[in-house]
Amino acid sequence: MRLETFQMLDRIETLDRKGQTLTALSHVPRSSPVFDGHFPGHPIMPGVLLLETMAQAAGYLLMALNDFSRMPFFAAAKTANFRAFVEPGALLKVHAECVHLGSGYAVMSTSLACRGRRVSDARLTMRTVAFPSPALEKHVIREGRRLGMLESGTVY
Amino acid sequence: MASTFDTVAGIIAETSDVPLDRITPHSHVMKDLEVDSLSFLDITFEIDQTFGIKLPVEDWMGRVNEGKESGDEYFVIGNLCTQIDALRAAAVAQ
Repeated sequence: MRLETFQMLDRIETLDRKGQTLTALSHVPRSSPVFDGHFPGHPIMPGVLLLETMAQAAGYLLMALNDFSRMPFFAAAKTANFRAFVEPGALLKVHAECVHLGSGYAVMSTSLACRGRRVSDARLTMRTVAFPSPALEKHVIREGRRLGMLESGTVY
Repeated sequence: MASTFDTVAGIIAETSDVPLDRITPHSHVMKDLEVDSLSFLDITFEIDQTFGIKLPVEDWMGRVNEGKESGDEYFVIGNLCTQIDALRAAAVAQ
């Protein structure tokens, strides 16, 4: 997880296109300027960044489902629950599942777990559109490779 | 059994806070009821789930943007209901 560049996922662990699910790992950095302010003497991951982590997992799942032909954008969080503090150094397991793949949008169920305990979950709506720029398309494909989307452990 | 219009009007009222009595078969979802695109996603999701169909909204928008159809064809509620009934019939036929 690199907070300063919003790279919230470190590795895709499983990708099941048929079941429309994805799991990923995210290692929260031990130190970051984010923790200087959030909060002094009690560093914890901001809820918005946990939400972003879940949205990115949902986004990569959708890109896998459409063969990286369209870009998902975060449109809405219908529910977002932050059930426990997430501290620096935590290893998060991120889960995303497609609840409904509509025309130009998708509804996703997502969650985060730390040491086997659910710490956050959210129901997200993503809008899927044609890539707005070639540079963005290149970037997300490169990021998909960095995350190991096409390696072993994935199910197609 | 509720008609398609009754069901769709109920979905719009619930997801977009539009009073039910403002919704008629002649209402345009965006122009008359002022439903924005994000709320229309919610409406689409509820329609998809309720009727077991997938509204081809992207195709519709493409046709409207290319000038092949008027938006009224899809977004005036009476016409939207006709589209839903056709999609349901096609789903049953499969």
